[in-house]
Amino acid sequence: MFRHHPQEKEYGISSEGSAGEGAVVRLSGRLTLRSLEPFGHESSALLDALGPSSVTLDLSGMSSIDSAGALALLRLKAMAGERGIPLAISGDGGQAGRLLALVGERTGRASEPPQLAEASGFFEELGEKTVSLLREVGDELTFQGELLKATARSCLAPRAVRWADVLFYMRRAGVDGFPIVSLISFLLGLIITFMSSLQLRQFGANLYVADLVAISIVRELGPIMTAILVAGRSGSAFAAEIGTMQVNEEVDALVTMGFDPMTFLSVPKLLAMLAVTPILTVFADLHGILGGLVVGVAGLDLTARAYLAETHAALTAPAILASLVKAEVFAVLIATVGCQRGFRVRGGADAVGAAATSAVVTSIFLIIIADSAFALVQQYLGI
Amino acid sequence: MIAIRGLSKRFGKKVVLDGLDLTVPKGKNTVVIGGSGTGKSVLVKCAVGLLRPEAGEILIDGQDILRMDERELVRVRRRFGMLFQGSALFDSMDVGDNVAFALRRLKMHPEGHIREVVEEKLSMVGLRDIQRLMPAELSGGMKKRVGLARAIASEPDILLYDEPTTGLDPIMADVINDLIISLRETIGVTSITITHDMASAYKIADQIAMLYKGKIIEVGTPEEIRTTSNPVVAQFVQGRAHGPITDESEEFVRFVSR
Repeated sequence: MFRHHPQEKEYGISSEGSAGEGAVVRLSGRLTLRSLEPFGHESSALLDALGPSSVTLDLSGMSSIDSAGALALLRLKAMAGERGIPLAISGDGGQAGRLLALVGERTGRASEPPQLAEASGFFEELGEKTVSLLREVGDELTFQGELLKATARSCLAPRAVRWADVLFYMRRAGVDGFPIVSLISFLLGLIITFMSSLQLRQFGANLYVADLVAISIVRELGPIMTAILVAGRSGSAFAAEIGTMQVNEEVDALVTMGFDPMTFLSVPKLLAMLAVTPILTVFADLHGILGGLVVGVAGLDLTARAYLAETHAALTAPAILASLVKAEVFAVLIATVGCQRGFRVRGGADAVGAAATSAVVTSIFLIIIADSAFALVQQYLGI
Repeated sequence: MIAIRGLSKRFGKKVVLDGLDLTVPKGKNTVVIGGSGTGKSVLVKCAVGLLRPEAGEILIDGQDILRMDERELVRVRRRFGMLFQGSALFDSMDVGDNVAFALRRLKMHPEGHIREVVEEKLSMVGLRDIQRLMPAELSGGMKKRVGLARAIASEPDILLYDEPTTGLDPIMADVINDLIISLRETIGVTSITITHDMASAYKIADQIAMLYKGKIIEVGTPEEIRTTSNPVVAQFVQGRAHGPITDESEEFVRFVSR
């Protein structure tokens, strides 16, 4: 039901004459690669049934023939020859004859006719997709392992690391990313405070807005918003940079000069991410709390001192630590996915664009997955 | 000497190299010619270990590089210099740093001397006072020459040229040809050049090999190739639109489109 048979009959065959006499075999329709097999069976059966002394093959009714069809006719001729029956071809209008001559001249060198590609069925496609997905996950993990190994090796031999590159990427991701990360966290703090105060006010629990903001920003929103922004800014840039180098054969040039592209291109990016993401996360946390403070003081009649004291009481050291650990995990994800998508680029400019997009989408997806895993672990550990 | 035996490489279902054999004599320039997309670049990338073929062996002075692990490969690659099709200069570094790139790593010269050594290599390719320029500020011909200077900087004994004259005007192409010849004569490097520019091939080659359908179908001196009796090679080197290379597809197209 899910596939159609690739071999189907699209030709007609008829014959006149009887045993021992000259027979005429008429062909009509199309003789192509699709009908190669049935034609072979049918024609040999016909030859056996008729048992003629000679055969004239009339092609005047044929609408088209391809090189596989010509090959089938030549095979029929050879088969008739084996049985001592002369076979003549008539009514080919010249075209089939030319193709016959062409194919005949090359059959000595020709290999078997090519197999028609079968349309794959639902289950086959499902299987293929699954295998390719698993392979992709495997590639990703292998790459991650290799990158971490290269990083560990670089840390043991810190002189081999290109520190100038590390500083460059730190500035790109950290200093240049600071304004937008701060602004978004500040606005996020503002919004959370404003929305939740509408509810809390009904219970006269205005002050607890400070707890709510502090916990939600530090535990969840700070690290995740930072990671998403860094993925969008730096992950895509990593993929595009390495992808362009791949297209320009610069990566090949590195390898031929005896450099390991992993150590040379990826390690500085990973180190920069590891250094910068936690710092940005801390700033995101601070600005989120600041946003809450602004709404609390301006809109909820709280004093700044009371708000900060409540925030201070709500935050515990393990919660802050967990937020930093998360930031480091996200940093590894962003750097590895960005670099891996870059190295996978084959082709031209459009492949670079696709790699940048894929780097952002994949790393955000993985960040959310990792965050969910963190939530579960923290729940069990009671942090 | 480089000896390539039975080299096979495929990408998915497409067979690019199909049991290719080629011997590259020491100190000579071997030019591999062939149409676009016949796998010439794949051949040199296999030779330097950038691509791993499925079968065959590549012997460099008797050592098979396909059986080496990554560390041994890195050592062997120091003997290679490669000029890439698009020059492959590092865009983020100036010309001086590009040329000095491998030198710094191999620590062949003290840091204080590097600029001088780089200037010397650049003068070998006819360039001076451009160390501070960025690759984006160079013309195509200058990029090729800087790429060449970078390739010879670490004094390799094997040079691979991937279409050295493609995309250059005839005069600049000839300048590059002369550079390739002088490098062979002054330093005595063994080299493989892949090209489809026949004028360049005749000029720089000690031997020419034609790659067709994944195999080397003919090897000979430039004179032998020019007067070949092989119809496929003859069609290619004379640049004719009709002949055995184009026939097969043509006959079929004519038949189908009647």
